[in-house]
Amino acid sequence: MELLAVFTPLVAFLVTFLFGNKMSAAAVQFITCAGLILAALMSVILFFDVVFEGRSYVTVLMPWVVSGDFAVNWALKIDTLSVVMMCVINIVSACVHVYSVGYMSHDECKSRFMSYLSLFTFAMLMLVTADNLLQLFFGWEGVGLASYLLIGFWNKKPSANAAAMKAFIVNRVGDFGLVLGIMAIFVVFGSVEFGVIFEAAAAHAETTFTFFGRELHAMTVISLLLFVGAVGKSAQLGLHTWLPDAMEGPTPVSALIHAATMVTAGIFLVARFSPLFEYAPDALMVVALVGATTAFVAATIALTQFDIKRVIAYSTMSQLGYMFFALGVSAYGAAMFHLMTHAFFKGLLFLGAGSVIHAMSDEQDMRKMGGIWKKIPVTYALMWIGSLALVGIFPFSGYFSKDIVLEAAWADHTWFGHYAFWMGIAAAFMTAFYSWRLIIMTFHGAPRASKKVMSHIHESPGVMLGPLMVLAVGAMFAGFVFYEPFVGDSGSAHG
Amino acid sequence: MIEFPLLSVMTFLPLAGVFLILMIRGDREDVERNSRHVALFTSFFVLAFAIFMYLRFDPSTADFQFVEKHKWLPGIAYHMGVDGISMLFVLLAAFLTPICIVAAWDSIKTRVKEFMIAFLVLESFMIGTFCALDAVLFYVFFEGVLLPMFLIIGIWGGPRRVYASYKFFLYTLLGSVLMLLALLTLYAQVGSTDIPTLMASPVARDMQLWLWLAFFASFAVKMPMWPVHTWLPDAHVEAPTAGSVILAGVLLKMGGYGFLRFSLPMFPEATLYFAPMVYWLSIIAIIYTSLVALVQEDMKKLIAYSSVAHMGFVTLGIFSATTQGVEGAIFQMLSHGLISGALFLCVGVVYDRLHTREISRYGGLVNNMPRYATIFMVFMLASVGLPGTSGFVGEFLVLLGAFQVSTIVAAFAATGVILGAAYMLLLYRRVIFGPQENEDTFKMPDLNAREYGMLVPLVILVLWLGINPAPIMDKISVSVDHLLTNYNAHIESAQAIQAEGGGK
Repeated sequence: MELLAVFTPLVAFLVTFLFGNKMSAAAVQFITCAGLILAALMSVILFFDVVFEGRSYVTVLMPWVVSGDFAVNWALKIDTLSVVMMCVINIVSACVHVYSVGYMSHDECKSRFMSYLSLFTFAMLMLVTADNLLQLFFGWEGVGLASYLLIGFWNKKPSANAAAMKAFIVNRVGDFGLVLGIMAIFVVFGSVEFGVIFEAAAAHAETTFTFFGRELHAMTVISLLLFVGAVGKSAQLGLHTWLPDAMEGPTPVSALIHAATMVTAGIFLVARFSPLFEYAPDALMVVALVGATTAFVAATIALTQFDIKRVIAYSTMSQLGYMFFALGVSAYGAAMFHLMTHAFFKGLLFLGAGSVIHAMSDEQDMRKMGGIWKKIPVTYALMWIGSLALVGIFPFSGYFSKDIVLEAAWADHTWFGHYAFWMGIAAAFMTAFYSWRLIIMTFHGAPRASKKVMSHIHESPGVMLGPLMVLAVGAMFAGFVFYEPFVGDSGSAHG
Repeated sequence: MIEFPLLSVMTFLPLAGVFLILMIRGDREDVERNSRHVALFTSFFVLAFAIFMYLRFDPSTADFQFVEKHKWLPGIAYHMGVDGISMLFVLLAAFLTPICIVAAWDSIKTRVKEFMIAFLVLESFMIGTFCALDAVLFYVFFEGVLLPMFLIIGIWGGPRRVYASYKFFLYTLLGSVLMLLALLTLYAQVGSTDIPTLMASPVARDMQLWLWLAFFASFAVKMPMWPVHTWLPDAHVEAPTAGSVILAGVLLKMGGYGFLRFSLPMFPEATLYFAPMVYWLSIIAIIYTSLVALVQEDMKKLIAYSSVAHMGFVTLGIFSATTQGVEGAIFQMLSHGLISGALFLCVGVVYDRLHTREISRYGGLVNNMPRYATIFMVFMLASVGLPGTSGFVGEFLVLLGAFQVSTIVAAFAATGVILGAAYMLLLYRRVIFGPQENEDTFKMPDLNAREYGMLVPLVILVLWLGINPAPIMDKISVSVDHLLTNYNAHIESAQAIQAEGGGK
């Protein structure tokens, strides 16, 4: 079951990548979409298996690197945290695959695009099902590679190539911290396997080790190093500059990679390593401060953007900030809950924006839109759903998750918890403002586009609207339905 | 019972091929065609023997295997044998040679016969170097390698070939002369040049320091380490593609092999004493040459500088003297042999078409050479050290080994991970992506069957070893363990003696 859920995308990638030029584009689209839908179904079944039966297990595939006492296997770890991620990844990815069939229909390199999407999905699945840090790093770099390939997909545009390079290299700066963190864990724990590390965590609560010539508290150093990696991947302040530029990629990529899945890898990493972070209160404080500040600053930037995709990109950064400060106040369940609801409504918003861009003949500047809501009513309605969920209006999903995140920050009773709370509240108001601004500038008022563009405006085909509907269902009901499993039993989404 | 002399056969079979080529008579065209074929078949035979050796190799013991020992000169024996460390280098040399001959198939147009002879002689000496178990025999092969390489650069090279080949020759020779002096001193001290004997009988500490430095001079130039690396970019730029491949793929590894065979086991105390110096030289190599690579305008020069940076990881790993460090260094050497060799082949592919290595003359190749772009990308990413490629395993293990010795050293070395990504991605972007400005670039055809034949095996190996490095790690682990156990025992006993002396 877990093998099917993880390796179907890989098979789809290999088949379409190696033999793509001998197949018709339709065959490639069919293989990748079918593969992803199968994987999504498998992960949903797995989800019910694991969450409601309470099973968790590790499937060892084969040994990887063995050197002296350093031994690492390829393995799949199936537990609550990983199946939640698997579900989010596979469902959003399946939606994006189907959507891309319509969105990329005018592109010459459809096959290449589809196979890269499958590659990305596989790498992301390897990341979340990793049983050890090295395999996690494999997935971590794999999604970085796929992101690089997809941002630079339109490789004739110099700006796209520059953005792709920037994303890869800025992420490498984060990886620098992550690699040192992995090595520090090996030195302290003598292993990089999750099971061994977490079992020994309590025993090493007070361990110190020499780092840069000083005796330092091992847990704090390790946690901060891992957090550097998370900051790079999840575009938090300091290493965030690549994310807005990454909007050079096709819009389905922005939805899948730069909103729903890859950028949440940092959240996943911290949540996975919560047993260590719990012994490093100073590190948690840093996580909360960085997250809260990012949530606020990114929201202020989003207020001023004119590119429809950049507004949503900064909004993503801001929402990731929410997740990080939830982690910082040890509300791991709340963070994962917000991650999941965010995946749905942000995926929806991006794909909706893509539908607008598609209708407007590839125009992304909101100053040149306006007055189009009557022409594309379905997209318009779906964008409203996404925005309401993002802003956190009852009963949309964002209401439940954002509320619990803020509540957790307030209830933490620490000065940084309160800082995070007020930053979060301020950011929430700004979120409402920029979301309304986006809707009004895009859909209402007098048309500002040229007559020629206006005459071409048409509602997107069913193959694009279908996936949007699926995500809209998630954006409406995921909060309501999954509130109990995530928050009611506050420990269930821990590692 | 007389065993089949496998190592000697592998060493001297290429010379038999040379003899056959010398016998060829006929028109110029016939001679050229036949000498290509003879060279290719000979190297395939050697590869078959090398694979046989790999399969027969017993990884459970650290002893030398396939040993041959005959009287040669007074006091010096013809002694051959391989252990887990050297065996894989023999395989690497035997694997890369046929690929190089295929690479030279069409691109070498003058003096084909002589080129093939030089290459087979080179293969013979390379394999001999890794098999030799007598220091003098090692020295003969180690130096012998210079001659064919000097000729390959000097005759079939680019416009500044004479300068480059002289520089290459003089740099390496200068280091080697010091090594010869050290060998003579060792002989005077121990009374033997037999490598296993030398390993078992360490000399006094003061003497170790001097001898270590002499050997270091030779191996550091070969490696090459900063600041004696400057011959390498020149040699690479001027050398023909096949020459670059073998230079980066095998010749550089002789330095690392030398450290493992001589410096660590024979001069353990000196190794410990000088290790911090080596760390800092390695770090400078990693950071400085990466920055230099970033601003290169010549594709081959860029890859040459990246080789220096990657070799910095190797020296770092070896002198960390930890299991992960040394195993990682060996793995990194083998994987770099494949990756950098492949990168030079990739440069050769476009050089054959456009006859320039200038990065700015290319661009947008993904449009007319999509398969080339894909294969180039695999090697680019392997060079960056992406997990799933062989480049990652070596680099990570080296860093892990270094981290156990010093976190500062590891942190500085890890910046190479960022810089490596920067220069390789920049190269790839400028060559493969972007708009196409030149008419002739656009007309270049995609890979042909011959080029596929030489690149695809490398792609498969690089990916396979990245996902499953066991075929290498299993073979080296016992030998590395043995090496480090002896090393640590020597150091402990030396320290015990010192403590005793201090007590009195």
